Amino acid sequence: MSDSAQQNGSCLKIADLHGLYGDSHVLQGVSLQIARGEVVTIIGRNGAGKTTTLRAIMGLLDKRSGSINVWGREVIADPPERIAKLGVGYVPEERGIYATLDVTENLLLPPRVGEGGMALEEIFKLFPNLRERRRSQGTRLSGGEQQMLAIARVLRTGARLFLLDEPTEGLAPVIVQQIRQAIELMKQDGYTILLVEQNFRFAQRLADRHYVMERGRIVDMIARADVASQSARIQAYLGI
Amino acid sequence: MSLEILMGQVVVGLINGSFYALLSLGFAVIFGLLGIINVAQGTFYMLGAFGSWMLLNYAGIGYWPALILSPLIAGAVGVVLEKTLIARVYKLEHIYGLLLTYGLMMFIQGMFVYWFATAGRPYPVPLELRGGFDLGILFLPKYRGWVVVASVFFCFATWFAIEKTSLGRTLRAATENPQLTRAFGINVPALLTFGFGAGVALAGFAGVLAAPIYSVSPLMGGELVITVFAVVVVGGMGSILSAIVTGLSLGVVEGLTKVFYPPGANMVIFVIMFIVLLIKPAGLFGRER
Repeated sequence: MSDSAQQNGSCLKIADLHGLYGDSHVLQGVSLQIARGEVVTIIGRNGAGKTTTLRAIMGLLDKRSGSINVWGREVIADPPERIAKLGVGYVPEERGIYATLDVTENLLLPPRVGEGGMALEEIFKLFPNLRERRRSQGTRLSGGEQQMLAIARVLRTGARLFLLDEPTEGLAPVIVQQIRQAIELMKQDGYTILLVEQNFRFAQRLADRHYVMERGRIVDMIARADVASQSARIQAYLGI
Repeated sequence: MSLEILMGQVVVGLINGSFYALLSLGFAVIFGLLGIINVAQGTFYMLGAFGSWMLLNYAGIGYWPALILSPLIAGAVGVVLEKTLIARVYKLEHIYGLLLTYGLMMFIQGMFVYWFATAGRPYPVPLELRGGFDLGILFLPKYRGWVVVASVFFCFATWFAIEKTSLGRTLRAATENPQLTRAFGINVPALLTFGFGAGVALAGFAGVLAAPIYSVSPLMGGELVITVFAVVVVGGMGSILSAIVTGLSLGVVEGLTKVFYPPGANMVIFVIMFIVLLIKPAGLFGRER
């Protein structure tokens, strides 16, 4: 299994991942795999453990066990900074914009972790709002601008694997469109993306595959081609 | 009362205020970054002063090299203490950091009392800074002028480093959200060690500056740190600029009190602290949380 995964360029491979958040055992044996250049979502109801899975990959949980393999390297025991250095870019659910840094400082904060990150100029072309507000304090931005900033911040670093946690949550349709364009562009450029998303309509148009998560486990996987025929099943999973 | 006395006390106040500013600045850097209430800040000031005294008396190394070496040595001691002890209490409540640094203060101070006794030891003013300027209304010893200039310069250099450089950007990010900052590939634990060492080195620098003015004694820091604590409370915890401004201005207020009401000079800072705590508990520049 792991050999074949290496051959088709497995970028992230998680096996039997358990994770604790304080006292609660949130992740109860998560297994999933993403090939290089794929865009994969994790869908599921609130509290299923989607955000916790991303935090576990980044090394941000108090306790985790099992196996997390990034670019063929086991990182289950590694601290967050070492995982990021492997070329992982993290966009947290709460966006994590620094109030004590202005927009440019927020953009320049993450160090380079790989070759070929976007230049500041390219980022401003992708998100013109950020150029206009580059001297503003990070948290003075609107929700949509903060989300753009959170994504732009990791585009600069040369990371090749992105963990995006609910990038469209609570945003106006126009902004959602802009975020989608950015993710499509990332996909074209061959970035690998693991996306947690409540908005299935948004996820559906971007993703190659969808993992369904329930009570701390991956319970199903639906390929892009099957989404149309499986819509009743998906709706049941999401509780729509 | 003459203008001369008034100006004289303003200068004395500025000098004391310079030390308050340097020490509360180191205190603010450490509290802001690590959440540690570093009671031992005065002890590191004493270490800086003793460092320069020992360099001179045991190794024949004079004031100017000591001004660089002694803070570096104090900073190195800080780095070792952070790695071995301080880092263990980050996850606990503030009181544990306070107790730990209090214990360190007692321990280090006790060792120095054991070795050197409590009597003050003189440290000569460097040749280049002997004498003074007659400014007409007052005579300003060169060394005292140097102390004010050097500490104001260092305070603003620290402020600049934190507010305007990429290292400072990273330090601010690590202060605000350490976990996320690590998730960007920044080694926050190493930054914390550096931050503690830098805060300690600032205190050590103040100690070297102080050596020729006050006598070098194991107890010199323990007395000063109580006043510095009051300065920090008046200014508000954790703010760099407020540590500088409050330190200098409370020094001057203290000096002026000596002119107008001498018996009150030793307690005026504490009276101000009391009033500030009543009116604005977060401190003059502090933000309510």
